[in-house]
Amino acid sequence: MPRPEGCALVTGAPRGIGAATARRLAAAGWPVGVNYRSDADGATEVVGAIESGGGRAATLQADISEPDAIDGLFRALEERFGQVLVLVNNAGVRADGLSPQLRDEEWRRVLDTNLSAAFRVTRRALGPMLRARFGRIVNVASIVGPRANAGQANYAASKAGLIGFTKTVAVEVARRGITVNAVAPGFVETRLTEGAGNGLVDAIPARRIGTPEEIAACVGFLASEEASYVTGTTLTVDGGLSA
Amino acid sequence: MPTEATTDEVERVIVDGLAELGADREEISREATFENLDVDSLDLVEVAQIVEEKFGVELEGEDVKDLRTVGDAVDLVVARSS
Repeated sequence: MPRPEGCALVTGAPRGIGAATARRLAAAGWPVGVNYRSDADGATEVVGAIESGGGRAATLQADISEPDAIDGLFRALEERFGQVLVLVNNAGVRADGLSPQLRDEEWRRVLDTNLSAAFRVTRRALGPMLRARFGRIVNVASIVGPRANAGQANYAASKAGLIGFTKTVAVEVARRGITVNAVAPGFVETRLTEGAGNGLVDAIPARRIGTPEEIAACVGFLASEEASYVTGTTLTVDGGLSA
Repeated sequence: MPTEATTDEVERVIVDGLAELGADREEISREATFENLDVDSLDLVEVAQIVEEKFGVELEGEDVKDLRTVGDAVDLVVARSS
């Protein structure tokens, strides 16, 4: 079956897992919207790398935690590359602290960006996907959520929430050829995990932390046409840590 | 902003929309229930999108849940468009 005409959107893609995912989707033939909040240089670099490889991409500035920014983001991408048929909800932040001292603002910010924004972006994406009878939504969750990690009650709640959200949306839209899945990375070398400590590595069966490319490969599979019967599931990518 | 629409126009758009979604045109009438037409909740979400595009009328989840017949949908859109 020929692939329907459209493009991919990766939120929070100027570096790390988002950037690797954008490159991966472009290599698979999708024009890609590389969304960023403030790291314009990073996003430009990702687009440059994609274009030098013969792919198509565009940078899209938007703070997706702002509800009003989302429609504009989609319109800009739709005008450039057509309907968004692949969505990777990757944008995520951390604001760690032990629960007795975690501030309201730290709780709110993490839940807003990691979970509520993913919901609003997904809601906006589903309309065209329903009409097209095709869609791939991949939510970048974490092993933190299903698993505890002291100091990250807000992050854990947002990621556990993202997994629950993934399953329910998946069953709502499955009959329209839209799949919705999550990937749960373990420890991956990105800015988000900077300062997390080397002590971790000993606890990981694979004895190393993962690379953004290894996560992107899994997102790429779930976003592919071949993964057409995979939906509502979470693919854990953690070198055996949560086994 | 809703654009004022006649009952005939709204009916035509909704009937066309339903037919596009797979409902049997011969079976579609004001009295026909969505259940009998095999029109499910996702289909109604799409009809709501079509109606919004054509007439600027926003139908929310609450509205769509209570619609039983084609006539219900037509009447609601006409009421909201004025």
